[in-house]
Parts: sequence; structure tokens; C-alpha cells
Amino acid sequence: MRWLVATVAETVPETPGAVTLRLDVPDWPGHRAGQHVDVRLTAEDGYSAQRSYSIASPPGADRLELTVERIDDGEVSPYLTTVADVSDQFELRGPIGGWFVWDGDDPTPVLLVAGGSGVVPLMAILRHHVASESTAAMQLVYSARTLGDVIYRKELEALTGPHRAVFLTLTRESSPDWAGHQGRVDSALLAEVGWPPSVRSHCYVCGPTPFVESVADALVGLGHEPGRVKTERFGPTGG
Amino acid sequence: MDTSSLDGNATAGALGDLFAFDVTIALTTCATCHDRRAVAELRAYLEAPGIVLRCASCGAVQLRLVRSSERAWLDLRGIQVLETRATSS
Amino acid sequence: MPIVSRGFQGRRRQPGAGLVPPGQYVVDDFPVLTAGPTPVTALEDWDFTVVDDSGAVAARWTWDEFRSLPAEDVTVDIHCVTKWSKLGTRWEGVSLDTLLEGVDTAAEFVVAFSDGGYTTNLPLEDVLNGQAWVAFGFDGEELEPEHGGPARLLVPHLYFWKSAKWVRGVRLSDEDEPGFWESVGYHNYGDPWREQRYWGD
Repeated sequence: MRWLVATVAETVPETPGAVTLRLDVPDWPGHRAGQHVDVRLTAEDGYSAQRSYSIASPPGADRLELTVERIDDGEVSPYLTTVADVSDQFELRGPIGGWFVWDGDDPTPVLLVAGGSGVVPLMAILRHHVASESTAAMQLVYSARTLGDVIYRKELEALTGPHRAVFLTLTRESSPDWAGHQGRVDSALLAEVGWPPSVRSHCYVCGPTPFVESVADALVGLGHEPGRVKTERFGPTGG
Repeated sequence: MDTSSLDGNATAGALGDLFAFDVTIALTTCATCHDRRAVAELRAYLEAPGIVLRCASCGAVQLRLVRSSERAWLDLRGIQVLETRATSS
Repeated sequence: MPIVSRGFQGRRRQPGAGLVPPGQYVVDDFPVLTAGPTPVTALEDWDFTVVDDSGAVAARWTWDEFRSLPAEDVTVDIHCVTKWSKLGTRWEGVSLDTLLEGVDTAAEFVVAFSDGGYTTNLPLEDVLNGQAWVAFGFDGEELEPEHGGPARLLVPHLYFWKSAKWVRGVRLSDEDEPGFWESVGYHNYGDPWREQRYWGD
């Protein structure tokens, strides 16, 4: 897999901590919803740093989109979220990862569970569901700290419909605008909002490692088949 | 439970350079405890002088990869068997 | 007050101190590299053993016994094979000369072994004569677990993967037995001044 040049066409602030980069990548071979890319930045002295980021755009979109959450003492995310501007370039390679993907050719119901920035690959899956007019029943459970941390909030509200539902839960401060659920994603919430195991839904769980471990254990504990629970861990704090 | 590690998904790029198939969707049987699961779900340590994949069940090392700019070394002794889909005949 | 002899540096000065080996760059932080989860060993369960070439335990110290041994402050540069170097790092530890004192052996090699299963191999002569310590203090504080605490091997004249974190002992051996990284591509000796990173370098 070779390194391609990505040029920033647009930057879109999503939340105070996350930015979407819309990229032009000539020769982009296409991708599946849920895959990621490796991004490589090289400084003038030759020093380079590399990180993986999930693709936020669905297959077939005009531009490749990455939504990056800024990690304060990170090496790459501060550049991508605060410095990178239109016409800046960096290298990326991909698409990478054949495990955590949803192709839309399966009518089986789907449960997506996102913790924080783990929503990014799941948003690619939701956007693909929309674009392909899939009728597979898809449910997103999305855990964020505060309302201000919810990425894609407006788009998520707009895409709900007969075959797509979004359930939001906040884990930190309560917001006066928020009349919705508060608290962590636990077995009780998954039993209430998710699919019963008898449906044999595909489950995709993404976010910080502790979140993923806890949710995956809860799903298996509720009776979901381990082979139908796919996970992608973003590390200790996510991003 | 070790909550600081990534999983095999994060190694897909590096391993993709070596294998002709997507090894992250292949299933391994751990040589130590015989746990069987996708490489994508193994515990990955990329902040090492190489890449290490450990069994998600017993923690034993299943795969080690070291790369220089010219060569790569791969140790798979911790995997009893790797199972992948048959390629088209 | 002892007379200080101008220019005398003593044999413990690290060769190349303050210089940067080929291909390295200097960092201010202290990157954490690991091949597995950070082991947790309670100090009351910790020991350090020297295993001789017949497989017998030649010496053993509990944590309290280990901390009663004479310890030294050392300031050394460290060089990681992933290309970062950190100059002037300050450690406190017990010299391998102290730990191997009185161990009678014809063995030429040692394998250092750690909690979590990590191993690394070295020629015995490379851990003697003021070249290696079991370090329990870094920068004036207790060595943190992510950097190898409660104690790690410190062998600054070789690439830092040889300075095994969470070390629990050394095994003397007539044969050279490549350790965790040496058996999968990293150089068997690992001299940063000759840039011995990988097999065949």
C-alpha cells in the first residue's frame, strides 16, 4: 500500500475538540465504511510521525473526510486540528482494515455503540446506510461527555427515520438543554435500547479501550454472540 | 484487564505490507491457551521497538514484527494456526 | 574536603557522554515503549535472583534486602533503537558488580528476565565494571511502573531495549541466548556507536 498525497480542501470544526478535514486525494482507490487511514506528517528536518484515523465519509463520497479529535499532548492531532489549513498537504495510505466494516449488503439489524470519538467510523457506516438507502434496521447508541462534545449532532438528528435510530447519552455535566439520558452505557441501557440477542444483530463498538471492553463484555453478557460483536479500540483515552 | 492497549485493527496497515491477504480478519488459535479469535481483536502494542500482538484471553505473545527500512522480521510462534478464507481458485 | 584533581574523570565516565550516536535525535521527554501490559508486583512479593549456569539460585534478595545494598547515583545518556536519545538522565541503583560479587562462574553470557516474560541477553563482561545497574530511582524519585518500576536494568552503553524494565533477575549462561527482541531482528549486541540496530548491522 503506497503513500498518497492528501490536500486539505476544507476544515470543518465539529466541536471545540474535533475538526473534520475534507481532503482531495487523487488516486484514492475507494473504501468500505468503517475503515481507516494512516496519516504521516514529515517535518523539514525529516522527522516524521504517523497515526491512524478512521474515515468519516461513506464510500463514494466526493472527498475523503477524517474527523480528528485533538489530544492535548498529542503529536499529530494538534497539527491536524489547529494548524492544517486549506491547501496544506500530508501523506496518507489506505484504506486499511477489513474487520470493522459494514458493507450494507446484509439486511440483518445493526447496533452501533460509540464512545466519544469512536463515533467517527460508525458515522461512516450510518452515512453509507443513508446513501445506499439500506433498510437494515440500524441503531446508534452514542455516549459523549457533554452536549458540546457530541460530534455530528445535527446530522444525526436529521438522519433518523424508519430504519435508523440514534440514542444519545451524556456522562458528564448535565446541560439545561438536555432532557435526554444521562449515564454510562451499561448492560441495562443496552438491554433497553439495543437489539435482543435473538435478533442476531451485528454489533460494532468503538471508542476508548476501557469503554469498548466494558460495552463488549456487557453485550456478550446479555447474550450476544461474541463473533457478532466487532470492536475497535482507540487506546486509553480515545481520539 | 489491560486497558491501555490497542487492538489488531491498528496493525492492519503494518501487516498489510507483509501479507497478501487481510490478516486482521484471519482467525488465530493461540499456541498457549488455544483461544480462537480474529487478529483484529488481539491486544496490540505498537509503542515498542516493534509490533507485538498478544492473546486477548491469556496475554501470551502471538506475533512479533520488527521492521527496518530494508527488512522485516516476523515471529508467529505464538500462533498455533492461522485460519483465513480460501482465496478464489 | 578532598582535593579535586583537574581533568580526572575516572573510568566510570560513560564513553561518548554528551554526544549523540549516529542516527539518533535528542528528546526532552521520556517516551514509554512497551511490549505488553505494565506488570504489577507488590514489593513484598518482589525478589531479584541470580541464577547460575547450572540453573541454581546463586543469590537472592527481597526488596528490603535489595534496598539495603549499597546504591549509587549515576548520570548517563540513554539511546533507544527507535532513534531517540535522552542525555544526562539521573538514576539511582545497585551496581551489577555488587549483585554478582561472590558469584563464581565461568559463564560468558547473561539473560536478564522480567515480570511479564521479557528477556534480553548480554555478554557478562558488559554488565560488570561499572557498566550496569538495577535501578530503582529515576530523576530523584521512585522509578514509575511505566518506566520499569519498581526496578529495571540499566545498561546505558547499549541500546535501551537491553535495559530491561521490571527486571527480576539475571541468569548466567555458557551460551548466548537471544532475548525477546534479539530473536526477531534486533541486533544481538546493540552498540549505538556502531549503529547495531538489526541483525547483520
